[in-house]
Amino acid sequence: MSAPSPAPKLPVSLAANPRLSSWVRFTGEGRVAISPGKVEIGQGIVTALAQIAADELDVGIGRIEMIRASTAASPNEGVTSGSLSIQQSGRALRHACAEVRQRFLAAASERLGVDAALLGVADGTISAPGNVRTSYWELSGDVSLDHDVTAGTIAKSAVTRSVAGHSIQRVDIPDKVFARPRFIHDCTLPGLVHGRLLRPDISGAKLIALEEAAARAVSGLIALVRDGSFAGVVADSEAAAEAALKALRKGATWSAGEPLPDESDLAGFLRSQPVETTVIDTRAAAAAKATRTLRRQYTRPYIAHASIAPSCAMAQWDGDRVHVWTHSQGVYLLRADLAIVLKLSAENIVVEHMEGAGCYGHNAADDVALDAVLLAKAASGRPVRVQWSRHDEMSHTPFGAAMAIEIEADLDVDNEIVGWRHAIWSNGHAARPGRAAQPALLAASEIANPYPRMISTNPPAANGGGGDRNSVPLYDLPAWTITSHRLLTMPVRTSALRTLGAQGNVFAIESLLDEIAALRAEDPIEFRLRYLSDERAREVIRAAARRAGWKPERRSGIGHGVGFARYKNTGAYCAAIAEVEGADDIRVRRLTLAVDVGEAINPDGVINQIEGGAIQATSWVLKERVRFDRTRITSTSWTNYPILTFSEAPMVDVEIIQRPEIEPVGAGEAAHGPVTAAIANAVHDCLGVRVRDLPITRDKIIAAMELAS
Amino acid sequence: MPAIQFHLNGATVSVDADPDQTLLDALRGRLGITSPHFGCGAGECGACHVMVDGRAMASCDMPMWSMANKDVVTLEGLGTAEQPHPLQRAFISEQAMQCGYCVSGILISAAALLKRNLSSTEAEVRTALDRNLCRCGSHNRMVRAVLRAASEMATS
Repeated sequence: MSAPSPAPKLPVSLAANPRLSSWVRFTGEGRVAISPGKVEIGQGIVTALAQIAADELDVGIGRIEMIRASTAASPNEGVTSGSLSIQQSGRALRHACAEVRQRFLAAASERLGVDAALLGVADGTISAPGNVRTSYWELSGDVSLDHDVTAGTIAKSAVTRSVAGHSIQRVDIPDKVFARPRFIHDCTLPGLVHGRLLRPDISGAKLIALEEAAARAVSGLIALVRDGSFAGVVADSEAAAEAALKALRKGATWSAGEPLPDESDLAGFLRSQPVETTVIDTRAAAAAKATRTLRRQYTRPYIAHASIAPSCAMAQWDGDRVHVWTHSQGVYLLRADLAIVLKLSAENIVVEHMEGAGCYGHNAADDVALDAVLLAKAASGRPVRVQWSRHDEMSHTPFGAAMAIEIEADLDVDNEIVGWRHAIWSNGHAARPGRAAQPALLAASEIANPYPRMISTNPPAANGGGGDRNSVPLYDLPAWTITSHRLLTMPVRTSALRTLGAQGNVFAIESLLDEIAALRAEDPIEFRLRYLSDERAREVIRAAARRAGWKPERRSGIGHGVGFARYKNTGAYCAAIAEVEGADDIRVRRLTLAVDVGEAINPDGVINQIEGGAIQATSWVLKERVRFDRTRITSTSWTNYPILTFSEAPMVDVEIIQRPEIEPVGAGEAAHGPVTAAIANAVHDCLGVRVRDLPITRDKIIAAMELAS
Repeated sequence: MPAIQFHLNGATVSVDADPDQTLLDALRGRLGITSPHFGCGAGECGACHVMVDGRAMASCDMPMWSMANKDVVTLEGLGTAEQPHPLQRAFISEQAMQCGYCVSGILISAAALLKRNLSSTEAEVRTALDRNLCRCGSHNRMVRAVLRAASEMATS
């Protein structure tokens, strides 16, 4: 007797939300409603998910209506982050749609008296030989989808898919080109009124006194709300709310606040704080003889999400129930935090997603939702729209955490790597709402009975880690110890920024590998390939090298560099080659990338994400750094937090290695680490100096030159 | 409050506005025009660009008192799904965005450029868009879309 085969496993999102009807419904007029728990944040996910559903159901993609996530009805898929939406929502929808199709085929077989195996589906019409036919919609009365999904259904094989795997136009773009309101910022509700928040310039300052008379005199003011250090206004127009806020600001007295670190010595600060230390991974080998050890420190500054749109939310109370409209990445998680702060049952709160601008991680989307909810309490049942200022968006949102990374590489007599120690000092990279007994929302730490500010933590290594993300080399090094020191203080608020710690760790690893290859006078690509046995890794590096014509002939004032990573060591493979020029101001001329996401559902969408990631990473590397003095964040505008402009954007050339037979993974965060490293290595190729402190600005280059001479 | 009269997307409009109110506020408020987006309020990001007398301008720091008799075009006035402007078609063809929040301002800057010069080089397109910020990194797609629209307009 053979052993029973293991029970087939459901995709994680389906295991958590097994009811078919929560994902798929056939609606009147030949439409299909697809309801994912993941949300559109400009990454094109709703299009890719529509493709998967259209393919599995055999309906035209034009019939599919993608439903925005809401706690009222959507499956709970946690947060839209970590490049996991294709992995989680995509797999769930593929499986759910396959089972829905199977259930309808069974019903059609019964109605038509034809063996199910003889039935075919084309654009929702189910037909059999002899011109007998029915459709999903004709049968929808007979087939209940209020069933839990079963594990055994087999989705289509890769070769029989006709929509997934092909580039199609995104479903949201026409609205955005033809000025049809789609962003939360552009939507209105009957009776909508406007709120603004008073927040201190001084970091951590408490509101000691508030002179309210001038604000109360502003025409159009509806309410002035104060609860401890939380203060704001509601008015009948945005202009009136702004005017009232201005008056309120003049009447505010703040406490001294909490000191900020010295921005010119981030490593000194990070390495002197109380920490929680975790050994992430060790690999021991027979002691090989090290003849020298290279010790290098790399730093990354705090980086702002810097969304083009200030965060915005709407909220409306009806008795003890509240409805919230938000561009949060996680409607259920936000609801959980709101329930804690409001001391209300989650059932009394509906959180509904609407698109915002790209957020690139945990920005103020969730914070502003609580702001709106608290202000709306004073609005007598009218909906309140709150929009943050640019200043607050650049200073009160969580930032990507600064990092100091030290790597010690033990080298043998031939400068081959025999030992590797990688240590990270950083705040945690995640303080998202809905994951702890205490809320993570800004206003929760400001109200009269405040919750402590949540000190950011790191996701477990099984979920890709946080500060330690991508710190374990994918290279076949004989021995290593990887250690993460998470700060237990948090003077600068940090949370998830695209890639979490991966950008810093890949920068550090790939920079040092480049340095060792140079010591050996070995080509950096050959060197990497010698230490890599993973065939998909080798292939993206070779593909990028081929495409970039590696290694281009040496020319004065031009440099080339390479960077590689597999995101989270479990996601997309990406290799980047940078071409830079310059003497002390560096310009990135061209980035050539190869990427392997397994099955690329919408190849143009993948290219778009990789291009965007590459350009954003260029901006981080060349320009970006949150500025502060000892009392306040000072980079509060685009003038003092500049990002890459059109004239500065490099050419980006992307090759996809399409592997339709391999489960798809996300592309949104694959490029940042490799591009960062490739630029840094190209700068060395160009100028002969290693810049180990980001961003690579004129000052840093001059400092590195002085150090080298 | 005085009535201020100007031309909006080809029609004459008159709004009672505080003279110091910004054009962006008037457009998004009373006039219900939502394509110009608030981004910074300081004319630094371009999300609120509208065409004023043929030039792309930030509407977030433009006072209403300066608008009398001006000719204002927003994305709503550029074209429609039925009769798209070549730029709108090109942005769809090139899938030239990610989140798209900056796109209305960028389409206006590009439209103003193409009004002046249909034979713009890539470098000129980039320079013309330097007052618009895009955070998603869709710059190159947008530049390609503008060049595509320009060449289409030049040959039609």
